[in-house]
Amino acid sequence: MQNQLLSFLGRRRNWAIPYALFLVFFVLVPMTLIVYYAFTNQDGQFTFANIQKFWIHPEAMNTFIYSVVVAMITTVICILIGYPAAYILSKMEARTAKLLVILFILPMWINFLIRTLATVALFDFFKIPLGEGALIFGMVYNFLPFMIYPIYNILQKTDKSLIEAAQDLGANPRQVFLKTELPLSVPGIISGVIMVFMPVISTFAIAELLTINNIKLFGTTLQENIYNGTWNYGAALSLIMLLLIGLTALLNRDENTKAAEEGNLL
Amino acid sequence: MAQTTDIITVEQLSHSFGDKTVLQNINLSIKKGEFVTILGPSGCGKTTLMRLIGGFLKATAGKITIAAKDMTQVPPHLRPVNTVFQRYALFPHLNVYDNIAFGLQLKKLPKEKIQKRVKQVLKIVTMMDYEKRDVDSLSGGQQQRVAIARAIVNEPEVLLLDEPLAALDLKMRKDMQMEIKAMHKKLGISFLYVTHDQEEALTLSDRIVVMSEGKIQQIGSPTEIYNEPANSFVADFIGESNILDGKMLKDELVECAGLQFECVDKDFEPNELVDVVIRPEDIYIFEMSDAAQFSGVVTSSIFKGVHYEMMVTTDAGFEFMIQDYHCFEVGKTVGMKVKPFDIHVMKKERARNAFDGTIVDKSHVRFLDNTFECKEAANYSAGTEVKVFVDFADVTLFDSEDDGDLKGVIRLILYKGNHYHLTILVEGTDHIFVDTNDIWDDGDRIGISIPSQNIHLEKA
Repeated sequence: MQNQLLSFLGRRRNWAIPYALFLVFFVLVPMTLIVYYAFTNQDGQFTFANIQKFWIHPEAMNTFIYSVVVAMITTVICILIGYPAAYILSKMEARTAKLLVILFILPMWINFLIRTLATVALFDFFKIPLGEGALIFGMVYNFLPFMIYPIYNILQKTDKSLIEAAQDLGANPRQVFLKTELPLSVPGIISGVIMVFMPVISTFAIAELLTINNIKLFGTTLQENIYNGTWNYGAALSLIMLLLIGLTALLNRDENTKAAEEGNLL
Repeated sequence: MAQTTDIITVEQLSHSFGDKTVLQNINLSIKKGEFVTILGPSGCGKTTLMRLIGGFLKATAGKITIAAKDMTQVPPHLRPVNTVFQRYALFPHLNVYDNIAFGLQLKKLPKEKIQKRVKQVLKIVTMMDYEKRDVDSLSGGQQQRVAIARAIVNEPEVLLLDEPLAALDLKMRKDMQMEIKAMHKKLGISFLYVTHDQEEALTLSDRIVVMSEGKIQQIGSPTEIYNEPANSFVADFIGESNILDGKMLKDELVECAGLQFECVDKDFEPNELVDVVIRPEDIYIFEMSDAAQFSGVVTSSIFKGVHYEMMVTTDAGFEFMIQDYHCFEVGKTVGMKVKPFDIHVMKKERARNAFDGTIVDKSHVRFLDNTFECKEAANYSAGTEVKVFVDFADVTLFDSEDDGDLKGVIRLILYKGNHYHLTILVEGTDHIFVDTNDIWDDGDRIGISIPSQNIHLEKA
């Protein structure tokens, strides 16, 4: 009996069983349920109505496009702030840089809901009206570290002799940056974009709190439908979002895996 | 005054990282079209010197002139030199063609011209069909060629090569050596080559600069360096050699290993202490006979392909390395002879350790950043500046750095026939030189102390 247990544990593939169970119950089963609900009506009959509703219903469509625009603006601002920050960090002495990187990612140790509530309080205190601006601020504030870290990581790992080689071949500091450092850090940028763009589309709490429920993002629409018991439509919207995210990830699959390797996703 | 044929002159160049001096007072000139090699063990400052010439480091003191212009403070992208880096440093995001075209594109040359030049250099490095290849897909030797092509396409006045063959295997290295030599001939520009491989230096160079501990030990042609080493370091580093302590009895007569040898050197002080170098292939070895100058017993014999390498211990207890086509068995008594012109006598850089010191009190003296007990201090008043002398054999070494008064690292070991002569860098200060019979390893961290009766003082 004991021997059997030992030989069971001794086989390395058996160690994967706990995670496999987790995967089945919390990823595969829910996904199947989403697909099931998306293609059935309230009575459990097969239908395309939920999907059609998204295309016909302008509200959901508009929210979706609006969410994509917000996500794009957030991502661009994150790059504009994050890249120079990561660049400066990468040029610093390793010990100081590590300390500063910790300071940058320190806010992430606090739950983002609490952070967002604090942001609301801050805006109230300075009498700044909540709304679109506050929304973008909240998004950037929450997701900036996800942009800085992968870029910093890749810049800091860049072989210094490549920069010297560029100098040696006649590149002035600006050309060194544009012709070597920037292109070499692209995987880090892609990694950062994936980690900022996708979550922003589906976040609802930040939008809810920072716009006092005035602006709806796609995540909010999803949440509302589930909350109001229109599960079938909610499931269909989830499925559409999932497919679109999957599609963008597929489009740059090569760079994506490379970015994940080199950018060291948090 | 720089001559017009000198493409690079380096004057009084020094460099330090923090308070650690890595280059001291380097003077060097390289002629147009010359192949000069900087040769030395790791940590001797050779790479620092090259990086200073390339502009990647700013010199602490001194002057670098390239093509008759003062370039000491000029950043690398404005210097008329190009570098082949140690690990090639090819741009991974560009293919072979774009790597090579990098420098030309920066100069904004017309596209057709760039294409023509890139094709030309690809032909020189025999990589014609590789233009579109990803650099990561190339072998080490191919990457090396691309790195060379990328540098020479810019037609620099001087090509700097920083241990370019270090990452290749032996066979590949030999082939590339020949190719680099041929390329140098074809291009007609100066090559400045850095290596720790003495054979590579001897094969390639017009002139060799031997460096150690941040200083130039000797500059000369390969034959000069091999046949007339300037000091025991050079003799030991280039080729195999027997290095012995000796004494110059009079002109053309030197005493070493307990024997007297006729030699061809003169102009020494009577009884001046010297280093004597005899190359292993210059000792004749034969069955014991009247022709023998001295005799000994063979203690080991190893076949090395062309010759045998034998260790022979003489009657006086000195060990000689001898290379000969004939094998003499271990245990056999043999006769040996050395011709006068095969004995190289070199002035000793020092006969004992000398330091600047200050008297602390009646029983202590301070030198090497440490206070030592010293009997002779009684003869001086506190605060007096003195010269401190310690004989090589009078220093005690410990296995652990925590024992002893000083900590140090062994930087160089010379075998002198019956003992070892160590060069030790004392932490944070100067070198100390020690004779010992114990076996140590290069790079060992050791404790050092000097018994009080062995510290000798003289008025400064």
